[in-house]
Amino acid sequence: MPATARPSLAAPTCPTEIAVELAGVSFGYDRRRPILTGIDMAIPRGKVVAIMGASGSGKTTILRLIGGALRAQSGKISVAGQNVRELDRDALFALRRRIGMLFQFGALFTDMSVYENIAFPLREHTKLPEELVRDLVLMKLNAVGLRGAAQLRPSELSGGMARRVALARAIALDPMLVMYDEPFAGLDPISLGVVGQLIRKLNDALGVTSVLVTHDIYESLKIVDYIYFVSAGRIVAKGTPDEVRASQDPFVRQFVDGEPDGPVPFHYPARTLAEEFARAG
Amino acid sequence: MPADTIAFVLRRVGRATQNSISRLGFAARFFALVLYHSPAALRRVQLTLREVYFSGVLSLVIICVSGLFVGMVLGLQGYDSLNKYGAGDSLGIFVGLSLVRELGPVVAGLLFASRAGSAITAEIGLMKTTEQIAAMEMMAVDPLARVIAPRFWGGVLSMPLLAAMFSVMGVFGAYIVGVRLIGLDSGSFWGNMQGGIDFWPDITNGIIKSIVFGVAVSLIAVFEGYDAKPTAEGVSTATTRTVVGASLAILALDFVLTVFMFRGAAS
Repeated sequence: MPATARPSLAAPTCPTEIAVELAGVSFGYDRRRPILTGIDMAIPRGKVVAIMGASGSGKTTILRLIGGALRAQSGKISVAGQNVRELDRDALFALRRRIGMLFQFGALFTDMSVYENIAFPLREHTKLPEELVRDLVLMKLNAVGLRGAAQLRPSELSGGMARRVALARAIALDPMLVMYDEPFAGLDPISLGVVGQLIRKLNDALGVTSVLVTHDIYESLKIVDYIYFVSAGRIVAKGTPDEVRASQDPFVRQFVDGEPDGPVPFHYPARTLAEEFARAG
Repeated sequence: MPADTIAFVLRRVGRATQNSISRLGFAARFFALVLYHSPAALRRVQLTLREVYFSGVLSLVIICVSGLFVGMVLGLQGYDSLNKYGAGDSLGIFVGLSLVRELGPVVAGLLFASRAGSAITAEIGLMKTTEQIAAMEMMAVDPLARVIAPRFWGGVLSMPLLAAMFSVMGVFGAYIVGVRLIGLDSGSFWGNMQGGIDFWPDITNGIIKSIVFGVAVSLIAVFEGYDAKPTAEGVSTATTRTVVGASLAILALDFVLTVFMFRGAAS
């Protein structure tokens, strides 16, 4: 799916067009070691937005902040117009019912079948009759191409299949926002392409907003509308896939070209070699 | 001893004490939350029954076999000792009281901690490691109500039943040895037992003990699983802590309960 086929992502001006907004968000487990500093981000409704960066740069922390699993120390996190930091537990759970999340390795419940995994949120949050639950589960499974795997156990699924089942579970309640934590990690090229296309197609077909945390630059450039680059807890670059491809920003270039050294250094901070050997001698 | 070493030791002791108190506080808060979520969990009775099956029914083999052998050994040892004083016929009451008051609840509790407690901790710890608990929270489902409370109550309900099964099998084991092998009179074996064991306080005290042990073991098991570090090493450590902690808790609680119950019986 070419990136140019989709409308360009101009900065939205109407607040209702923004599904998720982070303004000046900072977070750290303690004051001395900040994980995120001054994050500003606006994710428009109906778009697929990727958050990219090296491992340990704070990408997943952003997802956890959006979902309210972590509380930011400062700044504002707004999801569907609600300030996540100010929500009490009941309001947060009410908001989460409108959010789907796909975890890095699926996080399927291992004591349930594929069918029961997808029926789980429906049974927990609705009083639908079992016949309707069955129809909905099979529809979701059909959307990810795994209707035939309904009775399998999670241990019988490949990594790609588990990711697709988790995706079906994430959309079971027809959420307004779906968050993906490293959806491409550990997948073979075919599964990777399948999952990538599913993210895009489901986003467009269901009219949801998608936030993608990944470091798979090639797959992301094919499916996303906009990309934020995070390094050391700060947003260091952003742009559409075309802007990213054309960017001369050193960080973006290092990331896109896979250079081992650059703004993200190869060596962990240490004394110079001369100092190290002089000390040893 | 140099001042640095003393300061180091004091720091370590202080930190360990601080951590223990903090963990105890966390466990108390956790227990309060489990009780708070219990009505919602118990309303969905099939969740708790499922845990009764996993904790209770699947522990029956080890409980029954252990009870049988403990009863057989009690029969042999008890007869040997009692017969020296010409009281071999009292084997029934000796075995019955030992099992109902002490061995039934305590040994069944220790076996329950090893078999079911460790399994509960490992399951919850692995659910945490594989992000299943986090996924549940992100689906707006409270894991305390959906995962923790049913497992806690499953254990609490199973424990007295398992202790009763242990005692029954123990008495049967002693009967096989005492009556069938040694040749004691069957009527005297059962008659002494029936005459010497009262429902109150003997059997009720045993039931109270097994309920208290069930609460202690189940709480330690679910707490250690929920508090486990989400790594292979973390789950392994949590499982070990459950077995060690629950076993020590059973023995300590048994002493405390016995002191109160004995005082009650003596007065």
